[in-house]
Parts: sequence; structure tokens; C-alpha cells
Amino acid sequence: MTAVLQARGLGKRYRRRWALSDCTLTVPAGRVAGLVGPNGAGKTTLLHLATGMAAPTAGRIDVLGGRPASSPAQQGKVGFVAQDAPAYAGLSVADHLRLGARMNPRWDSQLAAGRISELGLDPRQKAGKLSGGQRAQLALTMAVAKRPELLILDEPVASLDPLARREFLRHLAEAVADQDLSVLLSSHLVADLERVCDYVIVLVASRVQLAGDVAQVLAGHHRLTGPRSEATAWPPGWHVVAESHAGRQTTLIVRGDSPGAPGQDNPGWTVGTLSLEDIVLAYMRQTVASHDGLPALEVTR
Amino acid sequence: MIWLTWRQFRAQSIVAAAALAATAVVLGLTGLRVARLYDSTGVARCSARKDCGPASANFLNQVNASLDSHLPLLFGTALIVIPVIIGIFWGAPLITRELETGTYRLAWNQSVSRTRWLATKLVLVGLASMAAAGLFSAMVTWSASLIDKVSMNWLQPAVFSERGIAPVGYAAFAFALAVTAGILIRRTVPAMAVTLAIFTAVQFAARALRAHLITPLRIITPISGLTGANITIRPGNAGQLALAGNVNLPGAWIYSNQIVNAAGHPVSQVPLPAGGALSVQTCGNARTGPTGECFAGLAGHGYRQLVTYQPASRFWEFQWYETAIFVALAAVLAGFCFWWIRNRVS
Repeated sequence: MTAVLQARGLGKRYRRRWALSDCTLTVPAGRVAGLVGPNGAGKTTLLHLATGMAAPTAGRIDVLGGRPASSPAQQGKVGFVAQDAPAYAGLSVADHLRLGARMNPRWDSQLAAGRISELGLDPRQKAGKLSGGQRAQLALTMAVAKRPELLILDEPVASLDPLARREFLRHLAEAVADQDLSVLLSSHLVADLERVCDYVIVLVASRVQLAGDVAQVLAGHHRLTGPRSEATAWPPGWHVVAESHAGRQTTLIVRGDSPGAPGQDNPGWTVGTLSLEDIVLAYMRQTVASHDGLPALEVTR
Repeated sequence: MIWLTWRQFRAQSIVAAAALAATAVVLGLTGLRVARLYDSTGVARCSARKDCGPASANFLNQVNASLDSHLPLLFGTALIVIPVIIGIFWGAPLITRELETGTYRLAWNQSVSRTRWLATKLVLVGLASMAAAGLFSAMVTWSASLIDKVSMNWLQPAVFSERGIAPVGYAAFAFALAVTAGILIRRTVPAMAVTLAIFTAVQFAARALRAHLITPLRIITPISGLTGANITIRPGNAGQLALAGNVNLPGAWIYSNQIVNAAGHPVSQVPLPAGGALSVQTCGNARTGPTGECFAGLAGHGYRQLVTYQPASRFWEFQWYETAIFVALAAVLAGFCFWWIRNRVS
């Protein structure tokens, strides 16, 4: 597995506060990787470190085999759609494309113009007059037209309405299909990620809680429901991610390879499937609980 | 990057060009009118006759009487604030607006280094600020040149900073200061206010410093007699003689003009003893005035007139110093901006 992004012991401190600390993470090449985590997990900081917008306080980060923003060539290899898709309000859409053409040697003006007309944007329109969705599309166009090897998007759809959100993700998926692109996309909306991502990274409080192929993650996690019990002997290789107790019933989210096994060994237990959102939330909750210093069991009582 | 800077700066530069063009028309016409007055009052030809007093006075009177001839002075006053206005309005938003609106995240993710981004902005807009202030100053300097030539006051602090190349230095400094304040405060309007306050303080400091840039000239004149008229003597009361030096140094910036005694201490009153060359009898007669003996007595006691000053011919020397200092300050601030953008931001 070749990596487009590799972080080791990465940390970033703003004045006294560590926005990200001791983060070790690998993003594989050729994937559309979704970075999920609660607010304040350090997602934006990580992405800013990856684009060279910020410099690490500790540890190191390599993007496409180089230091972020260490040279214009390195900058050319990474496309970035920043949070809220900033654009020059006084400049027109055409001006933005001209800006991209002048500031990027590998700029694909045909691609850019094609996307703009496909989106139905008026090139003479000032960026300040665009809707949030249109501005996000403009930012995506600029990031894609510079022909990057890695496209990084920071919460690209967070501020969009559901329709614009779907449109944006559709265009992103098309761009990925057309070009040989690796993508790293952050969001706190798991449902959105499920639509485009084939790799998921759950980041909670600077720690990677889960990283893997979406299909494998889905196949490897199960919901077990059974009679209330404190501890059950699970086969080796099984790991309880989260447990909750309600009445006389215990619900577990477990990670393991063979879904049939626990049901067979422990009569009375049923095995259910999980959505990506269920799994991601389970990992987030697990960390929140252990951060309180209390086991999950205590919390639910 | 040059294109983007130009595109962002286009509106301001058009406004500035229009303002400069309007100023050129107004001051051009005024300058011609002043030149006509200079001819008609005879100042242009008086130096051959070595009798410029009446013609000069007449010229200045007429200049003061005609409203439009006030314009060079009015624009001169405007020239005090123009460099800082340019600096504030072009410098403060230059980086800060990008930080405020988040567009720096767009700009920094093109294939252009942050340093080049800043360098292009600073150099292009900074040079534009200096050019605008310089052109404005050139127009004021030209249109006021005949008035200045007659009134010989261009080393006076108020006039000095409204002429020549000094406004170029002020503009460079005000611009760099505004950019620096902007990136540190991260908000445009407070940065503008801070820039104005600091710039004003530095201007006053520079005025105080200017006197020390070049060692002044000294003239020590013995008190020889009234014919030389370097001194005014009034017989004082109670055996005192009041002395005051006169100076005839056209256009000079006079630091001090004193009567000093033999020990070199400044005095304004000389005690008159009862007898001798310097006495109530020789100097103290209010009706006849001091006699020749009195002057001999003053000279004998070592009283002299001491004038320290900068001659008018040093105007350009001072201008270069002033400009160099302000440009150097601007360069230091620009250096800080580069350091900050590489190490401190986000």
C-alpha cells in the first residue's frame, strides 16, 4: 500500500492549546478517504498541516513523498478546497479561472471551462454573488483544474443544503473517476462520506480510532443483541467496540471476521448489520467514554 | 501572481490615477498663474538689480491675495496626510482582508509560494504607494517652486515634509506599517487606526531627529559696531544693556542665535559698570544710543554673536536622509512581514 499522506507523531500547538497532538496516520493512494471525527478532533488542523497552511509543532508529515508546500511543484501536486470554500468576492468566476491558470503551471483550462459551463455558472458573475453551493463548486473546479495528484477537501459540504450537498458529491465522484486522483475529505457527516468514500478514518482527540476500507469495515463489524450480561467469553479475534444495556437486553457492537461465530457459541444472541454511521459513532462514543475515565457500562447505568 | 495582485488592486489604482490627474490639472494651471505673477511683479528680473525686497513682497502679497494661488499651499498641507492615507488604505487591507475573508487559503493553495505571494503584493502595491506620493509631491513642489524661491522657507519643518522626495519615504513607511499592523491585529479597521497613531508619532519623532542628522554650521561674529547690524542694542534700565543678535541667512534653518560672553555662555543682558569703555556713560544713553567706544568695550570683553544653523542649500541633503530613514524603516517592517508569513501564520 503506497501512501499519499503519512503522519508520525504529528502535533500542532496554537499558543498554549494543542489542536492536534501525537497523531500517526496513513492515507493510502488511489482511494477516496473520508476523515471523520467530532468537532475539535483536529481534522482541520491535520488538513492544514497536510497542505502546508500550517507548520507542525511536533512530529512530521509527508504528502506524496514530500514536505507540504515545500516547493511550488509540491503545492501543484495537492489541490485543496478549504472550509467554506473561500473566494474573492469582488472577482468574477472567469477571474478565478484566470487566477488559477496564471498561478498553476499544470492548469487544465479546458477542464475548468467545461465544468463551469456544465454547472451552469455565468463566468461574469462575481464570486460574492454565488450561492454557497456554487462557491463550493467553483472551489472544487479550481482545485481539480490544477491537476493535482491528491485532492484535499475540508468539510466541503457542511454548509450546503441537502440538494447542493448531493450535487457537490456527485461532481466530486465524477472528477475522481475522470482523473487519477487520491482524495482526502473531512466531514462530521458520516452519511455524506458513505456516498463517495471507499476508505474511512475516524479521528477522535488526535487519535486514529479506526482506519480501513469501507467495505471491510462494514463487513467486519456486527451488532449483537442478547440477554443482559456483564461479560461473555468471545472467540479470539473479537473485540467489543461499544456496549449498551437497556432493560434485560444488551446490545454490543463488535469487530470480528466471522459473523456467525458468536451467535452459534452463545445461544440467545442475534447478529445484525450496521451502517457506517453506526460504526463510526460507536468508535466516537467509545473514546468519549474512556476519556471520562469510566467504562462504558458505568456510563449507561 | 502579478496578475492577481493587479486585479485586486485595479480599482484603487484607477481612483489614485484619477486623483493624480485632477491634481495635475489644478496645480498645473495654478503653477502657470503663479509664474505669470512672478513675471508681472518683477521678481524674475530683480536679482540683476540686487533689489528684490519690494518686488518679492509685492509678489507674496499678490499670491496671498489670489485664492487659487493658495492651492499649492493647500495641496501642500494635503501632502502631509496623503502618504499615510495611501499607506492605510492600500496597506492595511492588503493581507488582512485575505485573512478576514479566508481567501488566503485559496491563494496559498495555488502553485505559488507564500513568500512570492507576499513579495509580489508588497513590491507592487508598495511601489505604487511610493509612486503616487512621489508624483503628488512633485506636482506640489513644482507648483510651489516660485513661491518657495521667494519666501525661502523650505527647510521649515512644516514645508520640508511637503516637498521633494520625503513623501515617498513617508508613503513607503506608512504602507509597510499598515501591512504589519494588519497582519498582527488581523482586522483591517483597527489596523488602520493603529497605523495612523504610530505614523503620527514617528513623524513627530522624525522632526525632532532631523535637526541632529547633519552637524549644523556655526557663525561667530565679533560685535564690531552698528554698521554690520548683526546686533541690536537697547540701553536697558538700571545699568543693564540688552543685546539681541540679528541674522541675515535667507532660507536657513536657525537652531540658535545667541550673544555669548568670553566664557561662551549665552547672555541677553550685559551689566554696565560705572566707568571704562563698557559703561553707563558709553552705552547707556537712550537718546544717542551706544557709542563706538561701547562696541570696542563689548569686543574687548569678549562678547560675540553665535549662530548655529543649517543653510538653505542643505535641503536636498536633508531630503535624502529623511527618505532613506523612512524607506529603511519600511524595509525592516517588510522583513518582519516575511518572517511572520513564513513562521507565524495559522
